[in-house]
Amino acid sequence: MLVSLNWLKNYVDIGKISPEQLAEKVTKSGIEVESVEYIAEKSENVVVGYVQSCEQHPNADKLNLCQVDTGEDTLQIICGAPNIAQGQKVAVAKPGAVLPGNFKIKKVKLRGVESNGMICSLQELGIEEKYVPKDAADGIFVFPDDVTVGESVEPLLNLNDAVLEFELTPNRADCLSMLGVSYEVAALLDQPLQLPSEEVISTEESAEDYINVEIEAKDLNPYYGAFVIKDIEIKDSPLWMKNHLIAAGIRPINNVVDITNFVMLEYGQPLHAFDYDQLESDKIVVRRAAKGETLVTLDEQERTLSEDHLVITNGKKPIALAGVMGGVDTEVNEQTTTVLLEAAYFVSSTVRKAVKDTGLRSESSTRFEKGIDPNRVREAGLRACQLLTQYAGGKVLSNVVESDELDRTEKEIKLVTQEVNKRLGTAVTAEDIATIFRKLRFDYEQNQDEFTVYAPTRRGDITIFEDLLEEIARIYGYDNLPFTLPEGASHAGALTETQQLKRDVKRYLQSAGLMETITYSLTSSSKIDQLISPEIQALDPKPVALSMPMSEDHKYLRLSILPELLTTISYNQARNQTDLFYFELGKIFVSKEEIVTSQPSEQLRVSGALSGKWLDHPWQQEKKEVDFYVVKGIIEGLCDYLKLPVSFKKASIPHTHPGRSAAIIINGKEIGFLGQVHPALQKQNGLKDTYVFDVNMEEVIAEHNAVPSYSQIPKYPSVTRDIAFIMDKQIPAGDVKQTIVDLGAPLVKQVDIFDVYQGENIGGDKKSVAYSLVYQDPEKTLTDEEVEASYTNILNSVNEKYNAFVRS
Amino acid sequence: MKEQLEAIKQEALGRIVSAEELKELQDIKVAYLGKKGSLTTVLRGMGKLSKEERPVVGELANQVRESITSALEEKGQKLEELELEKQLEEEAIDVTLPGRPVSVGGEHLLTKIVEEIEDLFIGMGYEVREGPEVETDYYNFEALNLPKGHPARDMQDTFYVTNELLMRTHTSPVQARTMKQFDGDQSVKMICPGKVYRRDTDDATHSHQFTQIEGLYVGKDVRMSDLKGTLDQFAKKMFGEDREIRLRPSFFPFTEPSVEMDISCKVCNGHGCSVCKGTGWIEILGAGMVHPNVLEMAGYDPKVYTGFAFGMGPERIAMLKYGVNDIRQFYTNDKRFLKQYHNA
Ligand SMILES: [Zn+2]
Repeated sequence: MLVSLNWLKNYVDIGKISPEQLAEKVTKSGIEVESVEYIAEKSENVVVGYVQSCEQHPNADKLNLCQVDTGEDTLQIICGAPNIAQGQKVAVAKPGAVLPGNFKIKKVKLRGVESNGMICSLQELGIEEKYVPKDAADGIFVFPDDVTVGESVEPLLNLNDAVLEFELTPNRADCLSMLGVSYEVAALLDQPLQLPSEEVISTEESAEDYINVEIEAKDLNPYYGAFVIKDIEIKDSPLWMKNHLIAAGIRPINNVVDITNFVMLEYGQPLHAFDYDQLESDKIVVRRAAKGETLVTLDEQERTLSEDHLVITNGKKPIALAGVMGGVDTEVNEQTTTVLLEAAYFVSSTVRKAVKDTGLRSESSTRFEKGIDPNRVREAGLRACQLLTQYAGGKVLSNVVESDELDRTEKEIKLVTQEVNKRLGTAVTAEDIATIFRKLRFDYEQNQDEFTVYAPTRRGDITIFEDLLEEIARIYGYDNLPFTLPEGASHAGALTETQQLKRDVKRYLQSAGLMETITYSLTSSSKIDQLISPEIQALDPKPVALSMPMSEDHKYLRLSILPELLTTISYNQARNQTDLFYFELGKIFVSKEEIVTSQPSEQLRVSGALSGKWLDHPWQQEKKEVDFYVVKGIIEGLCDYLKLPVSFKKASIPHTHPGRSAAIIINGKEIGFLGQVHPALQKQNGLKDTYVFDVNMEEVIAEHNAVPSYSQIPKYPSVTRDIAFIMDKQIPAGDVKQTIVDLGAPLVKQVDIFDVYQGENIGGDKKSVAYSLVYQDPEKTLTDEEVEASYTNILNSVNEKYNAFVRS
Repeated sequence: MKEQLEAIKQEALGRIVSAEELKELQDIKVAYLGKKGSLTTVLRGMGKLSKEERPVVGELANQVRESITSALEEKGQKLEELELEKQLEEEAIDVTLPGRPVSVGGEHLLTKIVEEIEDLFIGMGYEVREGPEVETDYYNFEALNLPKGHPARDMQDTFYVTNELLMRTHTSPVQARTMKQFDGDQSVKMICPGKVYRRDTDDATHSHQFTQIEGLYVGKDVRMSDLKGTLDQFAKKMFGEDREIRLRPSFFPFTEPSVEMDISCKVCNGHGCSVCKGTGWIEILGAGMVHPNVLEMAGYDPKVYTGFAFGMGPERIAMLKYGVNDIRQFYTNDKRFLKQYHNA
């Protein structure tokens, strides 16, 4: 809402307060003032001039040579505007004048003839093009006859006005009107309020003879008032009204349109003027639209309507979409002489629906949507009639034709001073509260500390005690509220075990060299089925899509963190950032429903993507690209850190390298995977070799909590034995290791692989894998015989099972 | 014989002084003190001496042996030291060559801020609560006093999944869920951080996904001044002890009264500058007293229980605290951006 201070001054005396100070006061007490703008930069030496004569310039076809009386003297001015004419009163910038943009006016010679000043357009005086009336847009501005020659144009054109832009929250729809703003400002400045008169002189003739109002949908339209005004003369509206409209951001059109707009801004009540002679009937019927019914609106668009919409009809066909826009057939035009003025109350839900369906949003629909004051509907109609009499020569017929079931009662709210203090933490007196209600102009009854407040209908937001609490607090001033802390019992706060574990996992990965990232949860149709962990894929998840996405890139709820993580890797690689070791802890969204009806299951996962040189220390010949084992080491380290027994199994996972991926298993349960991104997918994403991992954090949390307490540190010495097997290249070394672990139990406590060798001397299809076994007995010192027996058993069994021989 | 011993001593000591290697000392030791050494040889001739002379010469011979031995030891130590020095000199390295790099990762700036705020409120006795990102219309809106058709729903343009399911537009539904869980009979003191979503086109100041942290305190006799005091403590700890706060009335459907909290601008100390758009104040968060409808819907009697709630955006705080000027930076994860804030 744009609030012109010159307009505001008609209702409330704002004294000497500067626009900026007022803005600060309004902001602090509840309505944010977004900006303070001035209509135009200061102009000097621009006055009203009378064009005594206007002839063609002797040396130029398109220029006119004018003699202009400026009161003090007559100036010869050359003017190129097409609409200049003898007899006009115009804005003259005299030599020495400074126009906006620091444009200095000097005496000049144009094509050999002297010009002593400039005749100005509104744009040249600093008014924004979009607010300039159409007839003055391409030329100079012509004043009405009643202005005085020599008068300064600055006040005449309201150029000195300051405009405050109110950023209104949805509850403060009352300030979508100058009167509402005036109540607010009057309360803040504790000043009296001067309300406009709605007095109308009407004719003998009754409107009832012209129009009949019938409301079929009283639930959506509890009040409809039809005013008939005859003998209308369509012309310009008065300059002051144009000025106010321009300041409020509305372009003046003609007197009838301007008056309906002016009253809408003044009262917050949208009005609509129909050309009575185009009505083709003598009745107004308001009803729900029939499905498929059409209406050509003022913007000459055909609108198809439904039962959700409310229409104004002439009994046969729609002539307006209630509260939104009128029809083109009944539009007021140059020839209009009789106006049917509508002042109605349409409930916000129907207008909101119509706006949503048609995409038409206007100053008028906005006000209906946010809710209007039931006590200003008829009043606004009367105010418009009064102005139409004054400025359009109209004759208002007596007896407004109404359908009226509007509830205008004021809400009664009880309030006790002690409760106010208890809630706010203040120590205000009943007197303080009474003063605040008086400033706000709320009616109330007071019985010592008890109040009954009648919330004015203009403040539709005030319905309960807490609303009054806010009014008291904001007028009392939040700065005056004390600083206290809650007095109730206090408990120690702490993270839950799960929350702590999540932080621990992040810390581990960070110290392992990974950077935390946060990517988008919403992904594209091409990425939605990429790199889904096998245990999730086994659930046969159905991607969940947004019903109205903003873009194709962010349409589906992710089933894996990895695709978006790969996007960030390729983003960085495209910018020459190498050595990227990224992880993210976040949710995926799993639903098994073909058509979603319930919330998808949200699963916390930790995923990583690594690409580039894991170690780069060239002068000592140490250099290592990220590979499968780097990532595996990170996972092993994580599981070790969390005391989780982990194993890995070769797995075939879509979108990963078929020979370089594995499932991650904890306690026999698959909880994720790791591997190299499939070279085809790498190529498609412009990625260098990238390795990924993806772990189900929910399982990690569950398994972590199941871990028993730590066992005793062993007292007896351990024995280490090494053993190297030559076996077929295809046999997974880990399988053999598992066999050794199983065979060695319970004495073998640890088995590590410490060497892997391939070479011609052992045969091209063979490899040698060396294992180191740690024997230990928690109860006693091991004997050589015990170790030897176990060792021999392992040798023989592995030999039998894998056809593996001990390397000598 | 005395002269002989004296001569041996002088000769031996002379050779020891001029010795340059440990091996030489060994030779000297053998040459004088060995079985066939000159001192030994002389001593063998002791038998020929008179009874009177024998102890005197014996005494002298011992002195000579001792002085040679100690001179050998002393010189030996010296030569060893020299040798070690030489060896160490040979072992010297070029300390200006680069070290072996240790690669450490780091946390995302948003995590840093979220955890900082979490820890701050945990210190004030709050617990951390989480909830689903795909919410029901009920918990995201209705339970928060935003019934269907409420005009304020427009304030939060929503990604709907179905008519009843949506991407949560704020973390407030976690508050509603927690209160409901407590069954109207327990005070609540919680904060809820998390991802939220709005139907926005991504640009420098808008992101369709962003982060929010909200707090809730419900108890008996909770006052608005308690909200002011709590926010003041938070602001001072988060932004500096010399920051001041101010509350301005605002509107949120789930609180009444509602306020916005500003802190005094650190750049200009409240005098007005371009960062605070000349006002001296910077908007940090929204807050208010929990609306009685919200309490009631969660099963709390608003006549007995009151409370306050507040909510803020870690992105905004990061932008203010660290000068990040494009919200998309948080989600594109440019390595150069991420690295800047590690251990910041
Ligand atoms: Zn500042």
